[in-house]
Amino acid sequence: MANLASVSKPRKFSSRNSSLGDKIFDISIYAILTILMIVTLYPFINTLAVSFNTATDSMKGGIHLLPRQFSLENYKFVFADNSVYNATMISVLRSVIGTIVTVFASAMVAYTISRPEYVLRKFVTIAFIITMYINGGLIPNFLLIRDLGLLDSFWVYILPGVIGVFNLIIIRSFIEQLPDSILESARIDGAGDFRTFINIVLPLCLPVLATVALFSTVSQWNSWFDVFLYNSSNEHLSTLQYELQKILQNSNTTSSAESGFANSSADSNKVSPLSIRATMTIVASVPMIIIYPFLQKYFVKGMTVGGVKG
Amino acid sequence: MENDAMLTTSPSTLENKPTGLKLFFTRLVQQRMLVLMSIPFVIWLIIFKYVPIWGWTIAFQDYQPGLKFSEQKWVGFKHFKILFTDETFSEQFLRAVRNTLAMSGINLILGFVTAITLALLLNEVKKMAFKRVVQTVSYLPHFISWVVAAGIIQTTLAPDGIINELLKWIGVIDKGQEYLFLGKAEWFWGIFGASSVWKDIGWNAIVYLAAISSIDPAQYEAAEMDGAGRLRRMWSITLPGIKPVIIVLLIMNIGYLMESGFEPQYLLGNGMNVDYSENIDIFVLKYGLQQFNFPLATAAGMFKTVVSFILLFAANNVAKRMGQDRLF
Repeated sequence: MANLASVSKPRKFSSRNSSLGDKIFDISIYAILTILMIVTLYPFINTLAVSFNTATDSMKGGIHLLPRQFSLENYKFVFADNSVYNATMISVLRSVIGTIVTVFASAMVAYTISRPEYVLRKFVTIAFIITMYINGGLIPNFLLIRDLGLLDSFWVYILPGVIGVFNLIIIRSFIEQLPDSILESARIDGAGDFRTFINIVLPLCLPVLATVALFSTVSQWNSWFDVFLYNSSNEHLSTLQYELQKILQNSNTTSSAESGFANSSADSNKVSPLSIRATMTIVASVPMIIIYPFLQKYFVKGMTVGGVKG
Repeated sequence: MENDAMLTTSPSTLENKPTGLKLFFTRLVQQRMLVLMSIPFVIWLIIFKYVPIWGWTIAFQDYQPGLKFSEQKWVGFKHFKILFTDETFSEQFLRAVRNTLAMSGINLILGFVTAITLALLLNEVKKMAFKRVVQTVSYLPHFISWVVAAGIIQTTLAPDGIINELLKWIGVIDKGQEYLFLGKAEWFWGIFGASSVWKDIGWNAIVYLAAISSIDPAQYEAAEMDGAGRLRRMWSITLPGIKPVIIVLLIMNIGYLMESGFEPQYLLGNGMNVDYSENIDIFVLKYGLQQFNFPLATAAGMFKTVVSFILLFAANNVAKRMGQDRLF
């Protein structure tokens, strides 16, 4: 405090005045943010605890942050089920293939509409942007998929989403920010547009492509409505999210004893709809929960480019 | 012309325009690689995005699935009239419109207030490690599906869930009086709003945090010199500093008022709360794909898109007039 006297007067006034107020201010901010974290995390931790607890014990209730009787039975049961195993494969496949296709296609089109000399630049850009404003809606889309013969097929997960306009815009903004000299030097070396794109633009765009890849992986992994709409009659094409959705629907409408899973096995006294539901919830969400923190700095940047500058 | 050719390294700048169509095709051939890289995707776009718009014609027909397009019976605006005036349908449709507007309105206001508040609070945190942890945690629910979220929300709100437990603990209700939250229709909008905030507060705060970080630090120093406390600085510097971003996003979001979402309402909706949970999207699904009334459902969907389009266009124009063009 003593050396504050040497600092200019107003400053001293403000520091002294605010020291108590500052503390209260700080404490309330930390308190609010801590509560926010608890509210965000509690449901996940609780679900995790139930999924690692024996089913019969979970029925008694009262499990909060930790399992009371630790057990791996729920996971063993869930993964012993063929349909869950199969759904996991489909979820992984659509996430991987869908992401690769989207990233490559979006980047390629974004490159072409970032070239100022391209005569169709405006046409292509506007054709894509219009679709942000206007879309056919559920029924016409369903009829289109039916008429294209894509019902009951894996490709219905990939083809309708090849390019997202938002992805296109953030990649284009990124390419436009690249120094012209790099692209020019490629041109002088005689590289064509495709080679420039593959050898120069793609590697330089890695940060924005990571963002797009994350968005795409998350939306592929998390989607269930297209499964429900187009492939609900084909069990081999079901995904984890759709399996979970069926479980939730069952536990809403039927009494717990009847719900799909539990009576399908002789083991059913070891598991319960409650614990299966918790376990499936964890299985369906953990992959995304694990990957997003690593890509945080990329998507934060991507969001701000796309959100503020567009 | 000679000058132009010397000034620009690429042969194609707009100055050469007078030569017209022929030049256009010459350039098109020169740029065939760019054409090959983009046109296949324009064809994809036409098939997957424009053909469905053509599908709107169903709304003007008494559509029969088996018949060819030329054999369908055209009925004009019949199905739109049914939506708005028919006794059985209009009540449900207007209710769906009301629910759509109410839920997106609640979402808009709640989403803005909470995300801006979170950004302001995070900006005041001086311990970087704590700030980073809060941010990372707050993004988490954005990365889970609505299926997972709905399951978690149902568990939390169940009679034996944590909310009822807490209410019992603080003595608001007694044992045996537990609320069936999702069974109270008139609570659905609130539950939807709270769920959406829970899921996206951290994600929505990203843009505001970025805007805050671009405020000139000298302003804070000057305010501190003048004796402004931290709350005062938050109110008089940070908030005005991000005002342009807030206004643009607000205007743009008004353009999405007809889009109240589909998944949360579908997944959290049930027979008890249908009066407040059924929005236009669910109405379309119900009449279209469950009762196979394609024309009526298409008309409802088309109504939504057209109103959306007008709103978006107006919003974009207002934003542009304010000097912030965002979408183009």
